[in-house]
Amino acid sequence: MWDWNYALEILPELLIALRMTVIATLLGFLSAVIVGLLLALAIRSRWVWLRLTAKGFNGFIRNTPLLVQVFFIYYSLPMMTGISLPAFYAGILGLGLHYSTYLSEVYRSGIEAVPRGQWEAATALNYTKLDTWRSVILPQAIPPIIPVLGNYLIVMFKETPILSAITLVELLLTAKNIVSESFRVFEPYTLVGLLFLAISYPSSLLVRRLEKRMNLQRGK
Amino acid sequence: MPESWIDFIPTLLEGAKITVTVAILATLLAVVTAFASGLMSLSRLRLIRRISSIYVEVFRGTSLLVQLFWLYFALPFAGIELPKLLAAVLAVGLNFGAYGSEVVRSAILAVPKGQWEAAIALNMTPWQRMSYIILPQAALRMLPPFGNLLVELIKSTSLVYFITMADLTYQAMVLRNNYISWTSEILLLLLLMYLVMTSLVSFGIRVWERKWSEGRM
Repeated sequence: MWDWNYALEILPELLIALRMTVIATLLGFLSAVIVGLLLALAIRSRWVWLRLTAKGFNGFIRNTPLLVQVFFIYYSLPMMTGISLPAFYAGILGLGLHYSTYLSEVYRSGIEAVPRGQWEAATALNYTKLDTWRSVILPQAIPPIIPVLGNYLIVMFKETPILSAITLVELLLTAKNIVSESFRVFEPYTLVGLLFLAISYPSSLLVRRLEKRMNLQRGK
Repeated sequence: MPESWIDFIPTLLEGAKITVTVAILATLLAVVTAFASGLMSLSRLRLIRRISSIYVEVFRGTSLLVQLFWLYFALPFAGIELPKLLAAVLAVGLNFGAYGSEVVRSAILAVPKGQWEAAIALNMTPWQRMSYIILPQAALRMLPPFGNLLVELIKSTSLVYFITMADLTYQAMVLRNNYISWTSEILLLLLLMYLVMTSLVSFGIRVWERKWSEGRM
């Protein structure tokens, strides 16, 4: 059932695909981190329409499957707007937008955890709005949420196989291609599972340790 | 040729039936495994705790889609051939059971220590203590995170499309293949149908939570 020679033979190809998976994850995460912060700020905005739009976007994205959103970006967007994205960018955009809504919640919790006095102090010191955010609120809101962001990075890594649906050649699709050439199924798919585990399990231990250390620092 | 987007609805509803079936069966499996594994993780015996943690780490550490592929495509080579529905329910159910296990575990640990001590003082057996004192209080804490997981579970049933199960997403993609010029309408309709299902479920959970917590917290 399990052939070591065959497994070793296909491993290099899978490792190359793993690099692609990691790159897609990191770029998706980067966009989620940026868009998520913008969303969190928009939800706190004084302008009603901006707040409502951001909330509506959040609710819609969070309550529909990533797979369908990716299909929409890849197939419908070119028809509706004439902008046609290659699978790689469509995938990153889908992944990034989907998780930006989750990250906006994380930012929100971080921002709300900053004591009221910090806002008042910034006002008392005559800080502008931008300065308040930049040098008082965000430097205190973001460090505590870093472990949570790390967890979402791992979650996003595990969601990348969905992007194979729009022919983004990541780990799972590579395995599928190997299978269709060799008709040996067991080793490729098992190896893909093991590779995911080999990255996400140590990363989650790392995040857990980081979390513990940060709690110690803050005297909890 | 369809005259308007309304003509797509009957086909999509056919698919929605499969989606709902998978979601319900997977939820049942996930709840059972979440409680089993969550309770096992609190066991005094190290071996039992180990089993639970291996289950949780393996299913959370590998991707759901990879698990689905493995169960449906790879397992037959080990001599176990699963029908599509069973593979789908197993993959989704066991995956979310692993996430639910942590919810059960932390909700039980969050019940104040005095409650455990009171149960011991009243000479209750461990079984009575768990079923009359601890779980009823822990269950209320579990409800909101379980509600979130349920929404995630419904969304993730769209992955059964990959093993060509005729669920909502699959039906929509077949329609799209037949009527390419209607792609946007079909996909928007598809998103909307998922939105309706998940919104109904999270609304239901919130009502349930409010009813349950009346006079308790």
